Amino acid sequence: MNHSQEEISVATKEPLLKIENLKKHFSIKGGGMFNSKRKIVKAVDDVSFHIYKGETLGLVGESGCGKSTLGRNILRLQEPTEGRVFYKDTNILEQNNRELRKLRREIQIIYQDPFGSLNPRFTIGQIIGEMYEIHGIASGPEKEAKVKEMLELVGLDPSRYHSYPHEFSGGQRQRVGIARALALNPEFVVADEPVSALDVSVQSQVINLLMKLKKELGLTMLFIAHGLNVVRHISDRVGVMYLGKLVELSETDNIFDHPAHPYTAALLSTVPEADPKLRKERIVLKGEVPSPANPPSGCRFRTRCPLATELCVQEAPPLKEIRDEHFVACHFPLEKGQSLKEAIELLNKEKIAN
Amino acid sequence: MDKILEVKDLVVGYKGKNGFVRAVDGVSFDINKGETICIVGESGSGKSVTSMSIMRLVEFENGKILDGEISFKGESLTTKKADEMRKIRGSKISMIFQEPLTALNPVFTIGKQISEAILFHHKIGKEEAWKEAEKLVRLVGISDPVGRLKQYPHELSGGMRQRVMIAMALASEPELLIADEPTTALDVTIEAQILELLRNLREEKKMSIMLITHDIGVAAEMANRIIIMYAGKIMEIANTFDIFEQPLHPYTKGLLESVPKMDGQRGVPLKSINGSIPSLNEIPEGCRFSPRCPFATEKCHQEAPALETRGNRQVACWHVDYLLEHSLLDVEEEGGISIES
Repeated sequence: MNHSQEEISVATKEPLLKIENLKKHFSIKGGGMFNSKRKIVKAVDDVSFHIYKGETLGLVGESGCGKSTLGRNILRLQEPTEGRVFYKDTNILEQNNRELRKLRREIQIIYQDPFGSLNPRFTIGQIIGEMYEIHGIASGPEKEAKVKEMLELVGLDPSRYHSYPHEFSGGQRQRVGIARALALNPEFVVADEPVSALDVSVQSQVINLLMKLKKELGLTMLFIAHGLNVVRHISDRVGVMYLGKLVELSETDNIFDHPAHPYTAALLSTVPEADPKLRKERIVLKGEVPSPANPPSGCRFRTRCPLATELCVQEAPPLKEIRDEHFVACHFPLEKGQSLKEAIELLNKEKIAN
Repeated sequence: MDKILEVKDLVVGYKGKNGFVRAVDGVSFDINKGETICIVGESGSGKSVTSMSIMRLVEFENGKILDGEISFKGESLTTKKADEMRKIRGSKISMIFQEPLTALNPVFTIGKQISEAILFHHKIGKEEAWKEAEKLVRLVGISDPVGRLKQYPHELSGGMRQRVMIAMALASEPELLIADEPTTALDVTIEAQILELLRNLREEKKMSIMLITHDIGVAAEMANRIIIMYAGKIMEIANTFDIFEQPLHPYTKGLLESVPKMDGQRGVPLKSINGSIPSLNEIPEGCRFSPRCPFATEKCHQEAPALETRGNRQVACWHVDYLLEHSLLDVEEEGGISIES
């Protein structure tokens, strides 16, 4: 039983989306009742990367790192502050409303919350059928036939066309959300924490469904999640975000076997493994993610980084390719095969020597 | 081994339109001194209700202990009056919750709330209590305890708040700490910090911990023994290593396999459990897992199996003896259970 990765993935090296210097800044009121000075929160700060046609790009990071904001800004569900997002050759950010609506047939989103994202007053037939009506693709019996086809595709009984969202379980509701997103046969889908709200026994069903659909429909997917094991399972490449910055990006096996950014390495070591024999030595990071309203100077991870030096305080490291197709934003990336623990020990020895 | 907590045939119901809905239906287990036991289950499994019943907190939520017995160090908790129970709550048994923000009072400082908890259990002065609070806050790994005590809950991050909750829970030097999904609302790097803290405290204070979680990974890291619950019943109890080495109950196996492993084959379909978790209003006949169980036979659909002991394990499955001899993997390859046991 040798499933090679090529067999599973249809990823190419041809970018379907090019995200260039994307920024999303929010202006918030300063702290305290009498402090009216406004602060800028840089939720996404100068992020650039490509999404290749046919790939699943996983995006991980802790809450507040900007991963969901990034996803929403790419689709212009929120207006980015700056930057360019090219879908094929069109800059999504320059489209007017009419053009954008046309584009929405091809780019879609699946939300996390299967309870909040479906209108409780509409039947699922209406919820999914709406997609065809808004875009003037089908109506009446033709629409109904299309919706039923979609329901079947996502593993729901087409006879439940007239049911309301509350009549479905969480997993089934997420299937409705997937059917809605895929109704117009999009080319690119942002899946924003699509399985986080589901119970484990149901979670794997939905993951399997997403993998199957991706393959059958030839989708390109940006898969945003905080569950590292899920992201590892489903993604061809993985990007890691920290405090509004993309800090590492590479092929999944590279990221998980040879993480180069100290944050990625620490993050991976903290995942509780479902195997007591693997109770491993963790690199428990000190402290917490700083507030994005007041990020540290230089490298944003330096306040928690066990390898940080004076250089990290002064200069923010740019994202650069250190090995083949392996991008890291760190002044002192880990060597291939070097663990974070070894790097820390090495650093301590050097300190003593000096 | 000394048993610190014994739960026997516990039945807990919530008032619904048509009488009581049984959220926990005949649950028995015990916790030894110094042991960490994890109750693992999905939503509606009754894991939280079980812990709330031990603290007798279900009564505040329209719930009722309908039957069964809970005893703490030989003393029955089910028959205690409300004011007696209040003395046990937060003294010999403490509890921490998933969402520390809602569990803390927003209008009082952290110091006020922790010292209050100390004053409730110890006959000491206010100043002394404040000093004790400082010690506790330091113990749970909060830097600058003097300054932190003057802060309000909203000024702290989620991880910090959970540390404060743990400090409060420790105020009375409990013998049993019940932690209900203590890290579910936290990010992984913070979760790692809190789990490490709990492990250290366990060593230091020699207390028993009952950890309720939906995350098999957390259970694998923390537990001596694991209890698997499904739809209000216990499916399996075993030592942590045994459960991962050889899950006996088909549900346990399904649960373990549903989680993608960090060293597993990527991209291949995950094993999953068919169907969805039943609502408590429509509990299936017979074994509650039978409609989703790939090994279910006629008997499973008709009669509910009891939790039976085999060696040092307990399993609620009609086919336990068969599964002990044939591993679940073989059974799967053979396409089901071949004899009617």
